[in-house]
Amino acid sequence: MPDEDRGFRQAYWDEPTLFDLDEGPQPSDQFPEGADHGLPEDLTREDAGVPTVMRSRVTRHFTRLAQMTYGVDTGTYPLGSCTMKYNAKAAELLAQDEGLLHAHPLQREEDVQGILELLYDLGDRLREIAGLDAVTLQPAAGAQGEFVAMRMVRAYFEDRGELGEDSRCEVVIPDSAHGTNPASAAMAGFDVLEIPSGDDGCVDLSALEDALSERTAAFMLTNPNTLGLFEQNVEKIAEMVHDVGAKLYYDGANLNAILGVTSPGAMGFDLAHFNVHKTFATPHGGGGPGAGPVACTDELEPYLPVPRITRDPEAEPEHRLDWEREDSIGAVRGFHGNVGVLVRAAAYILMHGSDGLADNTRRAVANANYVHQRIKDAYPAPGGDLKKHEFVASAADLEETKGITAKDVAKRLLDHGIHAPQTYWPMVVDEALMIEPTETESREELDAFVDALLSIADEDPETVTSAPHTTALSRVDDVGAARNPILTWDQANDE
Amino acid sequence: MGFDTPEDVRYTEEHEWIKDEGDGEARIGITDFAQDQLTDVVYVDLPFTEEEFDQGDAMMVVESVKSVSDVYAPVDCTVTDINEELETAPELVNEDPYGDGWMALVELDDPSQLDELMDAEDYREFTENEA
Ligand SMILES: Cc1ncc(COP(=O)(O)O)c(C=O)c1O
Repeated sequence: MPDEDRGFRQAYWDEPTLFDLDEGPQPSDQFPEGADHGLPEDLTREDAGVPTVMRSRVTRHFTRLAQMTYGVDTGTYPLGSCTMKYNAKAAELLAQDEGLLHAHPLQREEDVQGILELLYDLGDRLREIAGLDAVTLQPAAGAQGEFVAMRMVRAYFEDRGELGEDSRCEVVIPDSAHGTNPASAAMAGFDVLEIPSGDDGCVDLSALEDALSERTAAFMLTNPNTLGLFEQNVEKIAEMVHDVGAKLYYDGANLNAILGVTSPGAMGFDLAHFNVHKTFATPHGGGGPGAGPVACTDELEPYLPVPRITRDPEAEPEHRLDWEREDSIGAVRGFHGNVGVLVRAAAYILMHGSDGLADNTRRAVANANYVHQRIKDAYPAPGGDLKKHEFVASAADLEETKGITAKDVAKRLLDHGIHAPQTYWPMVVDEALMIEPTETESREELDAFVDALLSIADEDPETVTSAPHTTALSRVDDVGAARNPILTWDQANDE
Repeated sequence: MGFDTPEDVRYTEEHEWIKDEGDGEARIGITDFAQDQLTDVVYVDLPFTEEEFDQGDAMMVVESVKSVSDVYAPVDCTVTDINEELETAPELVNEDPYGDGWMALVELDDPSQLDELMDAEDYREFTENEA
């Protein structure tokens, strides 16, 4: 095994599910048998359908699962577009603060001034970072932020009587965009018009020109785009979009490339979402939790969702939740947003300060360019040579010469104890490997990653196409899983 | 690379095929080349019967483990029947793209549009250039 020097072996436990471990009803020290629980007879039942397992066994169960998983705390996690940077444990500690942890969303405003103040200040800082005028912290993730923003754009044009069958009914999106962009626009009731990228991987201005008209409500743009390229013509794009009276939307997934150096507002965007769980180092993976605050210009501010947190130092209490906004698109999520995640983001911003944030940005960009320069002979990346915080390398040459696909490279990286990059997205690049090292990888870790990629390119195809060899599980049947998903324990036992 | 390209259907640049079934009806699916590029198909989002499409409209969606792609209407048409088998057996698109893997049966608005599409020879040349 070529990996024996490095010595990576993932833990493997043949671990059953808790349902398989169920010991049946057991005497409980918390709910003694026959105790008067005071609940009406017709609302109680004997079997809650929850497995009973000894505490020591439960602890072992989850520890074993944790040993078999892989996260940012285990090793390099260059998953493009996801900004899997290290999450400082200090932010974690703050989020576990007793007062914050036990605050209830239905408590009276005067009793939760602390958390409202924290959220208000976070909104203020995000506003400044975005270079825009107002912010909502409500959306639960980037995709919901997009949806909220598109609903706001719709409300804005509706208010002006401009929304019609042939007017402000379309949202234009480049073909390199994340799939959530067209989905959010469509869910908000718009027709989606996709435009092809130019040969340089950026927005094709003539395609944009052709697409824009009085039918256009908004243009959604990710900058730097999903190829990690900064849209050099962004000011021209803003002018073109505004000339037809439409709004320009900033997908903030790649904010880590510009944070503290420039801003959506400075580039002429009207609305933007943040992926707090990417840029501001809050834990994510496995679908959540996240937060997708939206910032906008004064012109769009009336349409932000409720409740809005207000501050008036003269008033008692100083911070309030304002639900009475006539033009608001309404509530989009219960209570105050994903507060736990927002607290971590506030901690991150305060820990680094504005200079620190800009430093992180520069380091993230330098790291991506370092990796790109070292691997580009084996894995060329289309578009200009200067990348931002990430880049999309292609395994197309390897595929052609040795039959090694992007998926094989990704699987083989696991044998080196490194997480796979994003694969097969964006779809504009063949055999795409989307690589985002982030600023929290050391030079040594980056070199180990590069060496792994280069050695894979030189390996015999058989070893690579049958990888991984040192992980708990090797190749799973992804086709079978997609065609015939087994999602519950009951289902698995019915088979 | 030897993809199957039957002579009795017409082809589009987006790799759909359409077969004249007579009486103003035609059958639509994706080509052998397309299914090979997509790799294992895991889901096909079919249209509704009576749904109307203009040429070039996104009509269906094919999802593989690798990607999600639109299937475009090769001509102006109205759906009269769909291949419901694909709902439980999407692999038919891989196994038999021109046969059991068909996707929709449509009524043609203008049968002469078929003549403007590529024939098998044009399509072979087109895919060679694309590859
Ligand atoms: C470019 C881009 N936009 C939007 C999103 C959606 O964000 P979220 O996953 O927070 O909903 C992502 C997520 O990966 C993304 O990469």
